[in-house]
Amino acid sequence: MSTKLKAFWRFIRCLSGDDAYERYLKNHARYHKTNTDHNCHGPLSKADFFKQWQDEKWNGIKRCC
Amino acid sequence: MNKTLKNAIWILIAIIGASSIGGIAITRGENINALWFIAAALCVYAIAYRFYASWIATTVLMIDDTRSTPAERLDNGHDFVPTHKWIVFGHHFAAIAGPGPLVGPTLAAQFGYLPGTLWILFGAVLGGCVQDMVTLFLSTRRDAKSLGQIAREELGPLGGTAALIGTFAIMIILIAVLGLVVVNAMKHSPWATFTVSATIPIAMIVGVYMRFIRPGQVLEASALGVILLLLSVVGGRFIDQHETLRLLFNHEGLTLAWWVMGYGFAAAILPVWLLLAPRDYLSTYMKLGTISLLAVAIIMLQPNIKMPAITQFVDGTGPIFGGKLFPFVFITIACGAISGFHALIASGTTPKLLSNERDIRMIGYGGMLLESFVAMMAMIAATVLDPGVFFAINSSAGVVGSDAINAVAKISSWGYPVTVEQMQNLAHQMGEATLFARTGGAPSLAVGMASIFGSAFGESLLALWYHFAIMFEAIFILTTLDAGTRVGRFMLQDMLGNIWPKMGETSWRPSVIFTSAIVVSGWGYFLYIGVIDPNGGVNILWPLFGIANQMLAAIALSVATGILVKSGKLKYAWVTGLPLIWLITITSSAAWQKITSDDIRIGFFSAANDLTHKLASGLLPPEKASIAPQLIFNLHLDAWLTLFFVSLLWLIIFDMLRVCSRHLSGKPVLPLTESAHIPSPSVEDWVRD
Repeated sequence: MSTKLKAFWRFIRCLSGDDAYERYLKNHARYHKTNTDHNCHGPLSKADFFKQWQDEKWNGIKRCC
Repeated sequence: MNKTLKNAIWILIAIIGASSIGGIAITRGENINALWFIAAALCVYAIAYRFYASWIATTVLMIDDTRSTPAERLDNGHDFVPTHKWIVFGHHFAAIAGPGPLVGPTLAAQFGYLPGTLWILFGAVLGGCVQDMVTLFLSTRRDAKSLGQIAREELGPLGGTAALIGTFAIMIILIAVLGLVVVNAMKHSPWATFTVSATIPIAMIVGVYMRFIRPGQVLEASALGVILLLLSVVGGRFIDQHETLRLLFNHEGLTLAWWVMGYGFAAAILPVWLLLAPRDYLSTYMKLGTISLLAVAIIMLQPNIKMPAITQFVDGTGPIFGGKLFPFVFITIACGAISGFHALIASGTTPKLLSNERDIRMIGYGGMLLESFVAMMAMIAATVLDPGVFFAINSSAGVVGSDAINAVAKISSWGYPVTVEQMQNLAHQMGEATLFARTGGAPSLAVGMASIFGSAFGESLLALWYHFAIMFEAIFILTTLDAGTRVGRFMLQDMLGNIWPKMGETSWRPSVIFTSAIVVSGWGYFLYIGVIDPNGGVNILWPLFGIANQMLAAIALSVATGILVKSGKLKYAWVTGLPLIWLITITSSAAWQKITSDDIRIGFFSAANDLTHKLASGLLPPEKASIAPQLIFNLHLDAWLTLFFVSLLWLIIFDMLRVCSRHLSGKPVLPLTESAHIPSPSVEDWVRD
């Protein structure tokens, strides 16, 4: 039961974007492991990441009738 | 054994489904329970999903789960991100489900429950779901390109341009009609007006919280927002009962229309994080929560349907909108059965998240099934009302008269008895001054929802439930309104950018203000006319929206049919071809009637001529005479607009047929733009999130 509840909570967090920063950090780490020659800055701060994420999310048709 | 059991279960589902539909269709003169509708819907959806959708996926589209998707190939951690299928399903459904499937069935209930219900069921499984799924597939195979781009590259520049213009036009009409629905729900209702206006500062508080106070804590901020929204529903009652405060929120439709336009303009130029994004979160939670609550309440309460299966209004004399059953039921219910707008989400937006092609059936076909189910619940909420009450709420003063006694006499004479006391009691229970002529669908849906919720979860809270339902509808109508205005602004900036590149810069302030103002005046004009129209405006705007939306669906299906033929799948082209032929038939005949009909409640030109004649011979009372010239101009405009939509549609059809016949006779056509087969990097371990 508790694992199901946890899975549901993970689902809700993922759907709402609550865990977007955690996913970003994971992706960032993975990307940098596979592209070692890539020289760019470290991961963004949570506030900066969220700004960027929100602005990008709202570019284009997102809602309809 | 296992296989036999499976077959037995599917046969059982088929029998339950068939008998539910049979029950719904044959029952006459006695009450039928809403559970039959739910059973019929679930069985039809299950069978269609298991057999038809699966056949389309494997045989027609030949979905290949070893092939990498754009999200995998172009993964950039921003917009292209392979995502778990349930998350994608959630995003996709939240994006496609707006107020359309709630309003359309409510209006179409004037024909009785049967025509709308059948169209919602079969239109969805044979048309709408197929369109969404095939479009999602085509865009996934083409690097998540948009419908307009696919049309341009596969059919030619004509198709692309038509898709672009069609989208822009539909956006303008859609926003206008939704604005009208909200205005009609708030008109002279301080409670509703307060609650709806409170959603704006609440969204801003949530926006500031998410951005600055606790950045990125989306759920926390949303929970705060939802609590504030519920408080605003309760607060509305306080305002309503306060003698001086209620005056602040008690307004004419026209005043409210100006406010809605001002709001739309502000929302289009304000930063997204402040208003649009937080409001979208709140509306998504409200939408998912309320819809699930409604489903639970209907199953718990098992209300009886009081509307007859078919009313006399199938002959075209309906009080809510004029026009016969064919084609107008198919135009009125667009979003719950087939909606061209979905093709814009299914191309471009959703494919960027898809982690495997095998999810296309569940997200494209399944997402639309759920939307159809929402429409089914709206149909139930409209038809559990006493038909007399339903018609009293939804018939405009222009049809039944503005005097309550005359209105109930007229409605009762149709065979749907209703009394003034009954309406007054109901209005009192719902905390409203009156419920007569509250056109647009939102108030009657709210009354239906409130009576279902009230019976299931507590009768004493009817007024709260009613205003909760109004707030729920208004919040995502306003989300569509500001998101739509913004999208319209981007499209316009893009188009103008071709002429003057500076205008195309989406962050250049003068361009932002100029294009936003143009978009807002575009829909604001139709909203204004709708508000001053004595017949309520919805009767004109909703069919126009339906025609535009179905036209967009026809464009998407044309593109899909053209590509199927070009891919050598002529023998399967009927999968998209048959819904396309049906859409062409209904949009063309609806447009034909709207343009040429002699009935002044259907034909735009005949209504304009009638009004001109009355104005010239001095038959109009002074207050009507003063607005008549504007109404006449608008009727002409609507007629030309309809003609424009239908011509655009036929241009695309001919363009598609030209491409198909060239291909079939071996002449060169534009090549298929499907991206090359690259094996999926992680066929086994594809779930990353």
